[in-house]
Amino acid sequence: MAEQQEGYQIDLGNLTAFDPQHQFQSIPDKREDLVKECITHATKLIQAVADSLFSLPSTEDASGPIVPLPQPTTKLPREKPLPKPAPPTKWEVFAKKKGIQNRKKDKLVFDEQTSSWKRRYGYDRVNDDNDVPIIEAKMTDEPGVDPFATRRSEKKQRVEKQEKNRLYNLKEAAKVGALPSHVQLAATALPITGTQAAPRKVSKDELQNVAGMAGTSTASGGKFDKKLAGEKPPKHDKKYRKFLPVVEGSGMGSLEKQQTDKILNKLMAKNSHEIFNVSKAVDMYNVKSDKKRRNQQGKSSAMSSKLKVKKSPYKNASKGSSKKGGSSSKGKSGSSSKGKSK
Amino acid sequence: VSLLLFNVKGWCLLGSPLAPPPSAAFIFWYIMLHIKTPKSLRAKRELEKRAPKLVEYGKKTLILHGTKTSNVLNAVLTEIYHLKKDNAVKYSRRNDNIRPFESGGETSLEFYSLKTDCSLFVYGSHSKKRPDNLVIGRTYDHHVYDLVEVGIENFKSMASFSYDKKIAPLIGSKPFFAFIGEGFENVEELKHLKEVLLDLFRGQVVKNLNLAGLDRVYVCTAVSSNKVLFTHCALRLKKSGTIVPRMELVEVGPSMDLVVRRHRLPDESLKKEAMKIAPELTKKKEKNVSKDAIVGKIGKIYVPDQEVGNASLPYKPKGVKRERREAKAKGESNNHAEKKQKQQDDDC
Repeated sequence: MAEQQEGYQIDLGNLTAFDPQHQFQSIPDKREDLVKECITHATKLIQAVADSLFSLPSTEDASGPIVPLPQPTTKLPREKPLPKPAPPTKWEVFAKKKGIQNRKKDKLVFDEQTSSWKRRYGYDRVNDDNDVPIIEAKMTDEPGVDPFATRRSEKKQRVEKQEKNRLYNLKEAAKVGALPSHVQLAATALPITGTQAAPRKVSKDELQNVAGMAGTSTASGGKFDKKLAGEKPPKHDKKYRKFLPVVEGSGMGSLEKQQTDKILNKLMAKNSHEIFNVSKAVDMYNVKSDKKRRNQQGKSSAMSSKLKVKKSPYKNASKGSSKKGGSSSKGKSGSSSKGKSK
Repeated sequence: VSLLLFNVKGWCLLGSPLAPPPSAAFIFWYIMLHIKTPKSLRAKRELEKRAPKLVEYGKKTLILHGTKTSNVLNAVLTEIYHLKKDNAVKYSRRNDNIRPFESGGETSLEFYSLKTDCSLFVYGSHSKKRPDNLVIGRTYDHHVYDLVEVGIENFKSMASFSYDKKIAPLIGSKPFFAFIGEGFENVEELKHLKEVLLDLFRGQVVKNLNLAGLDRVYVCTAVSSNKVLFTHCALRLKKSGTIVPRMELVEVGPSMDLVVRRHRLPDESLKKEAMKIAPELTKKKEKNVSKDAIVGKIGKIYVPDQEVGNASLPYKPKGVKRERREAKAKGESNNHAEKKQKQQDDDC
């Protein structure tokens, strides 16, 4: 029994007791008996836990004794990934370098003008820029300058500079993956992945395309959508279709006929090697043979132009063509027979 | 005669030279496309509650059921919900497309987990092959981490137990756990089930505990290599001679037999990542400290290189100050004007 008690594994942080050595020699038939046995054994375990629990130093409180619990020993997995420490902001880096300490400021400041306590910022604040009725001119002021306008513009510049710095700090934090919890990046705020979305860098082209894609779902294809400053007009990668007018005007000729002719010619041109135009073939052959004869005659006439009788160049050609005309064969066979006849 | 100009408010002088502001439009476009911040403080607070923390507070549970449930299963789900009323969400509609053990059937679960910010879920379903089936699962970063499937037998609901109502445990009290049986150490499935049950019913991890508020015990007994007897008892602290009171267990809550059917352990790499503790929380070894028998505790101090050349002074050297620079630049132009005035004064 004592050995068994020492064998209990007690995790105080979780208030757990585990008995790894218990074995059921024989399981009781009735369920109630089994349950009773379990409960009696559990009582012993819990008593052991309570022994160590009540021996911890306790502080008295109105509701009861409070005891500081130790850390739990059984490790359980986290539910969310560890937060990454954010990189120091621009100001923090500067302050550290200069050794500037952060001093806590009071919310109320004494205003000498009204001799009352006013807020440091917000409604009805001390040293409000807008409340000044008169600004005395300095020697350094140029005559054409409106000091109120300059004050306003300076404030605006300050605000913009601060905004720029804020965005820079956020960008730096986002690079590390340590964005503050209340800031989300719009492109990655999709519900499918968990808190740590894989930061897939969306390219500029993709972002532009997304806007264009949304536009194509409108009735006019996104042509008349209001564009933001800097947004380019939607890209049109496909061809523009041409539609013929319903009513033909004068002076053009039948546009529809022209369109169909064009298509037909294209088709015919593609398959022209299958379609054999006899007269065209004959003409082509004649021209070719004429050229050849002229060249040959030119050579032979250079040798002995006087001796040879000038034959009419067309006689043979007509003979040859008539022969060819008779037989509906291709040009090559014709040329071979022509050579023979000569 | 000296000139004095009073610029009265509202009277705009001609030709106000304003510096053109850096393109506000560009910054606005950048913000619109990239950064989303909550518009109300309440939304901001909610987002901060859901953000990952260094030390985790407490896990929430999502209870839902599948296409078909039996009476027993319905009762089990409602009772678990009552036990964890503080930090549980119960969905009443059926979910046909959730199949935790299949690769595609978890997307709905993960979506719900994200929306309700629950990292534990209890999914009940009933079929001929697996009657009275309960899948207890955990998520890490809203993706399924591990699953245990158990069948429920011999269920007895809370209503069937009769006991003195005064000792009924309150909602949200930290429970005791008693795990009995060697099966919890030897059998892998039971080991997994032990871890999951502990996670499910643990409640918050607290630093200080009020001993007056201890009133419940979860008893888990490994009856065989795949069966666990699970019951919930109330605690009664009785006076004993010593400071430690005598414990008495009274069976109160649901009692059931859990038969382990299937289970899925987490990936090794995922497990490693989920078990990480923040480096700031681990105890650091004191460096450069040693103990000497004669003198006692000795510490070594290493003085780092004082970069005297790079140190920034708290004050600005005289020549660098802006007023001086400006005055110098303007002094050359104003010199003539001043001289002229002086001459005039002299004349006057």
